[in-house]
Amino acid sequence: MTTAVLGTDLAGALRQRFPDVVIDADDIAVWVTPESVSDVCAYLKADPDHQYDLLNLLSAVDYVEYFEVVYHMTSISRNASAVVKTRSYGRNEPTVASVSGVWRGAHLHEREAYDLMGVSFFGHPDLRRILLWEGFEGHPLRRDYLEPPLPYKWPHGG
Amino acid sequence: MSLNMQPVTVNIGPHHPSTHGVFRMKVTFDGENIVDVEPVIGYLHRGTEKLAEERNYTQIITLTDRLDYVASMTNNQAYVLSCEKLVGLDVPDRGMYLRVIAAELQRVASHLIGIGFFLQDLGAFGTPLMYCFRERERILDLFEMLCGARITVSYMRIGGVFQDAPVDFWPALRRFMGDIPSYIDELDALISTNEIVLARTKGVSPLTGEQCINASITGPILRASGVEWDLRKSAPYDVYDRVAFDVVTLPDGDNYARYAVRLAEMRQSLRIIEQCVAQIEPGPVRATTNMLFRPPAGEAYVPIEAPKGELGFYIVSDGTVSPFRCKIRGPSFVNLTLLKEMMVGYKLADGIVSLGSLDFNVGEVDR
Repeated sequence: MTTAVLGTDLAGALRQRFPDVVIDADDIAVWVTPESVSDVCAYLKADPDHQYDLLNLLSAVDYVEYFEVVYHMTSISRNASAVVKTRSYGRNEPTVASVSGVWRGAHLHEREAYDLMGVSFFGHPDLRRILLWEGFEGHPLRRDYLEPPLPYKWPHGG
Repeated sequence: MSLNMQPVTVNIGPHHPSTHGVFRMKVTFDGENIVDVEPVIGYLHRGTEKLAEERNYTQIITLTDRLDYVASMTNNQAYVLSCEKLVGLDVPDRGMYLRVIAAELQRVASHLIGIGFFLQDLGAFGTPLMYCFRERERILDLFEMLCGARITVSYMRIGGVFQDAPVDFWPALRRFMGDIPSYIDELDALISTNEIVLARTKGVSPLTGEQCINASITGPILRASGVEWDLRKSAPYDVYDRVAFDVVTLPDGDNYARYAVRLAEMRQSLRIIEQCVAQIEPGPVRATTNMLFRPPAGEAYVPIEAPKGELGFYIVSDGTVSPFRCKIRGPSFVNLTLLKEMMVGYKLADGIVSLGSLDFNVGEVDR
């Protein structure tokens, strides 16, 4: 069975390596600062004690006061999983460091988070909309997104 | 008159039979060799994650059917497992066995589709695909007996399954289990040693295990690259810890290995179904839950081994009747990450086969 590593345990290991990036930790996850998340993930991937080589999922959640980006990662050799989270405050341009240089698999996830949630990832090589089309206004998964009224009516219908 | 030697960019799709749905590739050619590929997706985007925030937990099961529409059972399973984790619900044994039987039947059906369209892309026009569809039809008939639907099944519920299997289901399943091994052997004999198939697929578009892991590619593609990673073994859910089966791996990582892994996995799925049928005992199929499912605030992510790879729903609950956030990790979407690396350097005809060997489903790519 995959061991789910406690966030508090992970925080202890991270505090030794990075003294001032860990903000908070609970049983599930460890919270780090948004600009340091790529360094933390690179360390977690490369360090022989951790070896989190598979990024399962990168998801962005809108909590209105802040955006949270969640990284689910798994170590195949150790059969262990961990969760790292980061918070970005401010609604205009929430920005988080990109981990697409650490895991190639984050590439599409980050484009999707940018497209649907409007979270920017600095350091991403190709940050464009992916599911919606270029020129779409707004980010539909945000809590304050309102569907715009149709600009026209169907010529022969309601 | 001089020949134009500039690279040419061609649109393949979104409406093209080789792209398995509304998937578009911008391919740049130098002669017939591919020099650049850019996948363009989103033509089937229905906003499932947004829709999920406006529905209650039970209603979302019907949305999950429409993600990977050739593997609806496993989509249901991934979703209800995450919901059950939110409240710590225990599912009755019979419910779990029925889930595993349905999920493994679905895996066979999905792999049949994957193999059939892979061979269709290879130029084996019609015949193998129709053979695969013939066998898949039997599985869909079994699903119809279980829940009344063939594709959009919505069979699983939070806490178990919708209803117990009818009495007629078990003899029908036994007949199917008697027939299907010879069907798979027939497909094996037709394809696996065919000289044209071998010449066209061996050594084409190889992926190494490290490449796959780094790009988060999971499922049969990862196992075809020699990495023994199957969530049914490494993180068993439902009753997978009570059945014996082998994780099939092949070292090559090329198009042929991806086909061969799927073929071998179908036989393992049949092994699992046989053991489940032998072990299942009468009893309730569904735990009692509130009519309106209202989990406490929290979050859950339970990945499962869907036919195409790791599938999971990251559900954040705020204590109301609908999820605060429901992020879907679809394997087809993530498996497209290395498409460019797979196709560049090969001819167009081989690139199309590599795309087919990924066995992706646009409903899950675009969500």
